[in-house]
Amino acid sequence: METARGASPLAKSRTDRKKTPGPDPQLLERMLYYLKLTREAESRIEQVLYRQGKIVGGVYVGRGQEAIGVGSAIQLVEGDVVLPSHRDFSCFLIRGFTLRQILCNWMGRANGPTRGRDNTLHIGDVNRGVIPIISHLGDTCPVACGVAMVLKRRGKNNVALVHFGEGTSSRGDVHEAMNMAGVMKLPVIFICNNNAYAYSTPTSKQYAVKDLAVRGAAYGMPGIVVDGNDILAVFSVVAEAIARGRRGEGPSFIECKTFRMSGHSAHDAAEYVPHELFEQWKQKDPIARFEKFLLAKRFLTEKQIERLGAEVTEQVDDAVAYAESSPLPEGASAAEGVYCGPDCWWKESSR
Amino acid sequence: MAILTYLEAIRQGIWEEMERDASVFLLGEDIAAYGGAFKVTAGLLERFGDERVIDTPISESAIVGAAVGAALMGMRPVAEMQFMDFISCGFDQIVNMAAKIHYRWGARVPLVIRGPAGAGVHGGPFHSQSNEMWFVHTPGLKVVVPATAYDAKGLIKASIRDDNPVIFFEHKYLYRRVKDEVPEEDYVVPLGKAAVRREGSDLAIITYGAMVRTALEAAGQLMTEGISVEVVDLRTLLPYDEQCILASVRKCSKVMLLHEDTRIGGMAGELAAMITEKAFEDLDGPVVRVTAPDTPVPFSPPLEDYFLPGVQKVVEAARKLAAY
Ligand SMILES: Cc1ncc(C[n+]2csc(CCOP(=O)(O)OP(=O)(O)O)c2C)c(N)n1
Ligand SMILES: [Mg+2]
Repeated sequence: METARGASPLAKSRTDRKKTPGPDPQLLERMLYYLKLTREAESRIEQVLYRQGKIVGGVYVGRGQEAIGVGSAIQLVEGDVVLPSHRDFSCFLIRGFTLRQILCNWMGRANGPTRGRDNTLHIGDVNRGVIPIISHLGDTCPVACGVAMVLKRRGKNNVALVHFGEGTSSRGDVHEAMNMAGVMKLPVIFICNNNAYAYSTPTSKQYAVKDLAVRGAAYGMPGIVVDGNDILAVFSVVAEAIARGRRGEGPSFIECKTFRMSGHSAHDAAEYVPHELFEQWKQKDPIARFEKFLLAKRFLTEKQIERLGAEVTEQVDDAVAYAESSPLPEGASAAEGVYCGPDCWWKESSR
Repeated sequence: MAILTYLEAIRQGIWEEMERDASVFLLGEDIAAYGGAFKVTAGLLERFGDERVIDTPISESAIVGAAVGAALMGMRPVAEMQFMDFISCGFDQIVNMAAKIHYRWGARVPLVIRGPAGAGVHGGPFHSQSNEMWFVHTPGLKVVVPATAYDAKGLIKASIRDDNPVIFFEHKYLYRRVKDEVPEEDYVVPLGKAAVRREGSDLAIITYGAMVRTALEAAGQLMTEGISVEVVDLRTLLPYDEQCILASVRKCSKVMLLHEDTRIGGMAGELAAMITEKAFEDLDGPVVRVTAPDTPVPFSPPLEDYFLPGVQKVVEAARKLAAY
């Protein structure tokens, strides 16, 4: 296990060096924007739309863990691929899905990316480099290996990021994938969001080591622990892992320590979580921390942050209104699109 | 007699078996202190302790494999799948390890794998499947699908006592919607025995699981039109009750096979073949199937409604068959 430090949005970029030396304030602002947009959208989904019965079925949010999705996916470039977990809402936004599209999916609308076939963040688009989970935990890890095999062969130094929870790390598929990636030196970054619980199960019943990151060594890759609520720290360890991947040095495993500031899903009151833990982790809220930093270092003013908040609220209002007024699918359309073929139903309408 | 929900009846059945047989124990994800995602095992930890009610990591293959090992050592494990959809993650241990041991070397593998299956709650493609046929096609397993609270208790008890690996499909839509009088005393519903839920003479609907309710409702409606429908609840799919099915076929001469599962390779296909082999002379019409279409289970309510065979679809198909 190591603690690696890599690039950071605070590092002087090459172009910056020519002009005024200093960090990249635009990138920092984008990071805050995605953090806030994710928080606002998920809160609306969990605390308003679900309770109003406008969203049905399972509802999972990543409150308190937003820094992991944003701090990692924000670094992806054209050709990279991300396979987010069920708590990485931000990855979809960062890779270009609109909030309207995402809300339509949650609400089962005909114009959502799955056209009502699947729910929540089960939204994929190979062209955007987003491969979604299925509910079966860990199944995307082997898929990330296949993606990375092709990325490697293409020779454009692209990488695959795959996110999963600490509970998921108990699945055989995750172990098989990490071993394969190690053996084949595949450019996969395994990002484990260790939020202390898997549904009701605490980590003490999930694994017998102190840090999951030690598993990296067992599969021939660096294993790094990072504070998952510190977006700059996440950014820099992921940057280093991505750089390794791009250099052809193989996979990395990153364990982001964080906390699930919600129930497992919207129906779960999480009474099994000691209340003090929520209180403790509230103090480490990744968004508040980042804002404090940005203010202290004068990257942004209170006013700018407020404006950002108003902007994301407006965007969520818009997306919710749009999704609510979008049509539900026709029942009979359920029969279409099981197979790909010349008259493929999926091709007929624009996505 | 107490009125229990389907869910409470399963819990009571497990509870009683744990009381009477110290070799029965439970393992699964979030089943102990939390009592399971649907609370089927609530209260069992407090009564039986953490050596008999065991929370596991998220490792379905290890859950099933460990159940096999414990069963070989003389225990009677009952493993929960949080949703039956996730049973695929333990598939190899079930269909290759558990199912073939007795045939190969004669050892007993008394274990139960149970959990919620089925659609109707907007769970989407991975929390709604009726995947019983994955196991009906595996000799060496038994496959059980209760439709009533009374049966849920009697069948889980029979499954726990059986010396073979049993896959026990609970329908999540029925958990809290179905209530019956359930005797507090010990009884079992034997595996492999179907039940006639309603007597009729014009046509027989053979079904199981949540579709038993659908069939009964349709039968009530058809009665007002002068069509007398018999409803057979299979209760066990493997081994299935050939005698009971054939008796209803012979009595009614017309038969509809109904299930929530998809069509191709479904239970209806197997039964249609068996019926035409064994009762061809008794049939007065084509064997009709009413099933879900051959698609994954879609999420959005209008799509899921279309997917699920409902009362109206059954009534329409029955009218046509009755008029044949
Ligand atoms: C193979 C499989 N088993 C069980 C489940 C049910 N389930 C859904 S989420 C979850 C907990 C996941 O915990 P973790 O991997 O830590 O992710 P988190 O939800 O904490 O982000 C469980 C048990 C599942 N989806 N897939
Ligand atoms: Mg977790």
